[in-house]
Amino acid sequence: MPDTNMTEGAYNYAYLDEQTKRMIRRAILKAVAVPGYQVPFGGREMPLPYGWGTGGIQVTAAIIGRDDTLKVIDQGADDTTNAVSIRRFFAHVADVATTTRTEEATIIQTRHRVPETPLEDGQILVFQVPIPEPLRMLEPRETETRTLHALSEYGVMQVSLYESIARHGRISKSYNYPVQVNGRYIMSPSPIPKFDNPKLDRSPALQLYGAGREKRIYAVPPYTPVKSLDFDDHPFEVERWTECCAFCGSTESFLDEMIIDDAGKRLFVCSDTDYCEGRR
Amino acid sequence: MNTPTLSSPLLSARNITKRFGGRIACHDVNFDLWPGEVLGIVGESGSGKTTLLNCLAGRLTPDEGSVAYETASAGTVDVHRLSEARRRLLTRTEWGFVNQDAREGLRMGVSAGANIGERLMAVGARHYGEIRGSAADWLARVEIDADRLDDRPTTFSGGMRQRLQIARNLVSGPRLVFMDEPTGGLDVSVQARILDLLRGLVERLHLSAVLVTHDLGVARLLTHRLMVMQGGAVIEEGLTDQVLDDPQHAYTQMLVASILPV
Amino acid sequence: MSHPERSCEDPTMPPALRVSGLAKSFVVHAHGDLALPVLHDVSLAVSPGECLALVGPSGAGKSTLLRSLYGNYRADAGSIRVRQDDTWTELVGAEPRTVLDVRHRTMGFVSQFLRVIPRVAAVDVVAEPLLRRGVDATEAHHRAEFLLGMLGIPARLWALPPATFSGGEQQRINIARSLIVDYPILLLDEPTASLDAANRDGVVELICQRRDAGAAVVGIFHDTGVRDAVATRIHEVLPPASPAGARHA
Repeated sequence: MPDTNMTEGAYNYAYLDEQTKRMIRRAILKAVAVPGYQVPFGGREMPLPYGWGTGGIQVTAAIIGRDDTLKVIDQGADDTTNAVSIRRFFAHVADVATTTRTEEATIIQTRHRVPETPLEDGQILVFQVPIPEPLRMLEPRETETRTLHALSEYGVMQVSLYESIARHGRISKSYNYPVQVNGRYIMSPSPIPKFDNPKLDRSPALQLYGAGREKRIYAVPPYTPVKSLDFDDHPFEVERWTECCAFCGSTESFLDEMIIDDAGKRLFVCSDTDYCEGRR
Repeated sequence: MNTPTLSSPLLSARNITKRFGGRIACHDVNFDLWPGEVLGIVGESGSGKTTLLNCLAGRLTPDEGSVAYETASAGTVDVHRLSEARRRLLTRTEWGFVNQDAREGLRMGVSAGANIGERLMAVGARHYGEIRGSAADWLARVEIDADRLDDRPTTFSGGMRQRLQIARNLVSGPRLVFMDEPTGGLDVSVQARILDLLRGLVERLHLSAVLVTHDLGVARLLTHRLMVMQGGAVIEEGLTDQVLDDPQHAYTQMLVASILPV
Repeated sequence: MSHPERSCEDPTMPPALRVSGLAKSFVVHAHGDLALPVLHDVSLAVSPGECLALVGPSGAGKSTLLRSLYGNYRADAGSIRVRQDDTWTELVGAEPRTVLDVRHRTMGFVSQFLRVIPRVAAVDVVAEPLLRRGVDATEAHHRAEFLLGMLGIPARLWALPPATFSGGEQQRINIARSLIVDYPILLLDEPTASLDAANRDGVVELICQRRDAGAAVVGIFHDTGVRDAVATRIHEVLPPASPAGARHA
């Protein structure tokens, strides 16, 4: 929705000018229409370095409105520098309410995690993506990867999983684990732990992925099948912990391992701070 | 060598002409390749034989002419009028292509097993144990020790790489294999092993093949039929032993007379 | 120059091989397109059970004729017809695959020299023509070993590649390879050259067996003893009338 009100007279609403937002929205619409397909867009310079979420911020800026409630997480935490900065940025330039509560947010911009609290209809999850091309490490030529996607030639992706089992006895990839969307495009879910992959499958929330450096947007519409690639005799599995969260006692959530003293004492705590706090 | 069976041609080239700018790389080439037949294309560097091979294999589009291929189940197709998707599917299922430089035909960054298994995975194989079993079987067939299955081709000798490339191509059971100087650049003893291997595989698997070589000894050992190219044109063709023992064209006579006796 | 057959064809037994008007010359482009006529208007016919010995002075074109019959040399004119599947197959001007099919099923050739295949064991070299015809590997090797034994090749050599064998041993490998299949037509170019007396007698016996079993045999036998033992007829090959250099004895 165009909004020409200027903030402090210097910037357009939500930082980007309206034409840029339209361009990004068109890219998003195409991405939603072709789930998992990487749509090129004219990425703009943002007031933070590449790798800090420039793609995610542009997507959020293009879809945000005054009625939205924004949550930003980095590695599951609401209180890291990056998360706090981006949340403040939008509070400032888009005049929106912010929250740390997953269930209150209408837009959740995230780096490296999907919240533990199940998402609902109407929520939008915006992922920050460093390398959008899942085949890049196997095939360096962009012309060739595009052809492989166009023709669904995904043998090479399976080759990488084969290689992993041959080397490590199992598929050792623990994050950025490749998925196939709606039985068609193979997609990088961004560097989320594979623990989060099942949450992408048939999620009620809309998933938008923005890669600022490579200027690509892709999407998974609500309730779309998302399958993690595997072999019949080496099926996809998520990691499990023998420990529980030291703070909330959860045995269901993704745990971070922390070393808490010079003697090397270890502690396992929820990576999702909001989820953890809600359980204490 | 197998003796070709009499049925209908597997590959038919008609009036193949390819120019690069003003230069004609190959001119008005015609032939039929029959099932089980190994056709050699010989000639000096620059005679157009590799260009012709690439046109036949769909890697280059000829300026004139057509290549018809009799598929296993979908009738005859015009190779250059197929959609890219179907052509690429053809090249990794029913066809093989053995490059002179094995590095071009292999993934150097993944193991021998993954190199061999790729074609299987590309057509939907999803059982790791079975894929690995096929890869091990093919490694043995090309005489590479089983304990090299998980090694990368970067650690292989030139001859082993070439044998791995052959296994990678043949694992999908192709009917037609294109080979561009498969023993070029290898030591003579290594060459002999690969030639013997290819000869045995072609015969056992009843493969058809188009082989480009400048080495008449290789041609004699592996091919049923020869086409001699000079300046982009086929100047002589016939049974391999007939062309080599009773060459008709001045250029062929010169080629044959140039072989050093051992 | 054609020569009348010394004996007439058996009218009850149609020939297996029929040649008429065959001409062959070699044109050497490197020597100013010098043409060397070798064969002119050659006609002959061979029936099953016959062995036709080609005789004539050195340089007359006996080997050239034999190689032309096998399609190894390209005839300039005339006709070479082979009885196959109860019909005549013309070899002059035939498609390569037609010639290969005739070689595969009907016509065997024993040359003076073995073309050595690297790394292939002698027993496999001999068994190969059978394997190609779809004979079971065990059976093919069994027959190969039988032939090798009959031709006096010591068993310790069977598993070795023949590249390092003596001339006589290679020659016998070559004969075994060509005789392992019961070809209806056999072409023999000096099959006993470079063999000692004992081995020669073994080869003669094999050829006679094949001939008496109904093969049509055409051969060049310089050894008159061998020729007398195997030949049922003589076909004289005369040098071309023109002043030609000797090429291919």
